Amino acid sequence: MTAASAGASGPPRRSFWRRTVNTRTAYAFLFPALLVMAVITFYPLAFQVWMSFTDYGLKNLKPTSPPPNVVGFNNYIRILNNDIVIPNFDFLRILVFNLFWAFVNVVIHVILGVAIAILLNVQGLKGRSIYRAIYILPVVIPPIIVATVWRNMFDPQYGAINQLINSTVGVLFKLPPFGLDWLTKPDPIINAYPLVLPLAFFALLAANTWLGWPLNSVVATGALQSIPGDLYEAAEMDGAGAWMKFRIVTLPALRPAMLPYAIYGFVITFNLFYLSYFMSGGGPFGQTELLVTTAYRLVNEQHLYGVAASFAIFQFFILLALTLLTNKLAKTTASYDA
Amino acid sequence: MTTPNALAITKPAPAETKVKARTRRHHKGDLSVRRQIALQCLCILIAVTVLFPIAWIVSMSLDTTNARPTGLNLIPNNPSLDAYRTVLAKPTQNAVGFLQLAANSMFLAVIIALMSVSIGVLAAYAFSRMKFRGRELMMIGILAVLMLPAIATLAPLYVMLNKVVIGGFNLRNSLPGVALAVLAGQLPFAIWNMKGYLDTIPRELEEAATVDGAGRVQTFFRIILPLSTPVIAVTAFFGFIAGWTEFYFSSIFLDNEKNFTLAVALNGMVGQYSGSTPWSSFAAFSILVALPVSVVYLFLQRYIISGLTLGGVKG
Repeated sequence: MTAASAGASGPPRRSFWRRTVNTRTAYAFLFPALLVMAVITFYPLAFQVWMSFTDYGLKNLKPTSPPPNVVGFNNYIRILNNDIVIPNFDFLRILVFNLFWAFVNVVIHVILGVAIAILLNVQGLKGRSIYRAIYILPVVIPPIIVATVWRNMFDPQYGAINQLINSTVGVLFKLPPFGLDWLTKPDPIINAYPLVLPLAFFALLAANTWLGWPLNSVVATGALQSIPGDLYEAAEMDGAGAWMKFRIVTLPALRPAMLPYAIYGFVITFNLFYLSYFMSGGGPFGQTELLVTTAYRLVNEQHLYGVAASFAIFQFFILLALTLLTNKLAKTTASYDA
Repeated sequence: MTTPNALAITKPAPAETKVKARTRRHHKGDLSVRRQIALQCLCILIAVTVLFPIAWIVSMSLDTTNARPTGLNLIPNNPSLDAYRTVLAKPTQNAVGFLQLAANSMFLAVIIALMSVSIGVLAAYAFSRMKFRGRELMMIGILAVLMLPAIATLAPLYVMLNKVVIGGFNLRNSLPGVALAVLAGQLPFAIWNMKGYLDTIPRELEEAATVDGAGRVQTFFRIILPLSTPVIAVTAFFGFIAGWTEFYFSSIFLDNEKNFTLAVALNGMVGQYSGSTPWSSFAAFSILVALPVSVVYLFLQRYIISGLTLGGVKG
């Protein structure tokens, strides 16, 4: 018999000790996580704020080296003015590209995922379980491998995509060998600054579509299977057509499952390091660079720790804004009434 | 179980008799031959797009000529396992062998999986079941961190861990240092993912236990923990993948070749110029890295999927 049982089912009048039992138990459960996060997450985040106002660089790394100079908002101004040694750095263009990238991907993933889930849910479809087993494969392959494999797929000489075009369209129309340089072709397809989309964007999009829809399909399948069959029958009795049934029965059932997942997917795609870094290397001319790959380059290639810290603060606020925006949509932090 | 059926009925049914006929067919689970063929074609087309890159990379790993391909040839002429032998013996120009790389990645994977789950499940339980001061604030804090990419604290972690020097040991330049950095990104995910699942476990079970006199701790270990095995397995596995395929912290933190991880070696393999990349070795290496986690993923699939779908639908 512990105090907690009294606290949980407790009578209306309780002593302070008993009233706080839940809070005390809760903190006991939270303690390890809070400790670890304080040391490796929250303290570094706070330290980062200080770093962002300094010119922290290679010279300050050693334990014996002098502390960095405080430079005020200099790093932030440099980022906004694109005054950074990274070639082709353009903060606005990267941000717009990054948002566009995440949005387009999620829309494609959700639409394809739902459509294919519905396809596989068709009553009487033969080989359904085989298809399900095949369609899950992109999910089980680590993203870094997916990225490097697709890097090869789009290689102008060694890649499968150009070979595929050669041996289908090329043979059919007797075209000369096709050697399109998907990932490095310099002139953008869409050039409406700040939105600049080179051919590499579409290559990345193809790879991420391959990678992304299956999991959406899985989530959609789960939701579809939770719809009772009589709902469709009832709708049918009322004379609802296929589209009507989709709209009044399927969509409302998909929404609560798909929306949080789509938001999760948006953030994951927004921060997706591997494809941009390994496939296009951010090229051509930095046009497929994302915020995460830029942050990586600032530390790994430029060793500008102070600038990298300011950059991360920008990232933090951008993601915070996105989080609050999407949170309103999904209400994932709605309190769980205990 | 009759599963709903939205695509099979593509035409509106005006007459009542037609509706009845269709409903009956729906129950029997039959499709017209023409529709079955059309849907099969679509399904096969999708399967081909899914399988194509995989078939390509497997074929490339078996083809050791490393010649520039002249056409789409998914079955190599003289297939051999030479590329796998090469990669297992000496994956990169560096002196470090495949087993050492794999051991380093395995170290990260195991540490991160164990730490994120054991610490995370306790916090997830508190968030899911308890009412306490600061709950909302902490949840928002964790959610905010969750939205951040792991890379967001790269600069401060580098600088901070670099200051931890004990004798000749620099925490930054070590696998435990990398593990800490990865854990920082993995823990919020673990908490959130497991909390989502715990929310779906009916409270009646705990209430019954409470009535029987069990405390919070007992309820947690006897009821919640066994019931959350699926999400624990899934979360641990995601931690494992994060460690096994870790790239950015290892590539930035580690100076010493003998600490290098699989992903760092893989990155070293893909050169700037395709002509200089040993593509068959690269393909074999990719497969060797992917295979263990992919196989486990397939086995855990049922759990992962139920974990994800349930975790996705939060109460």
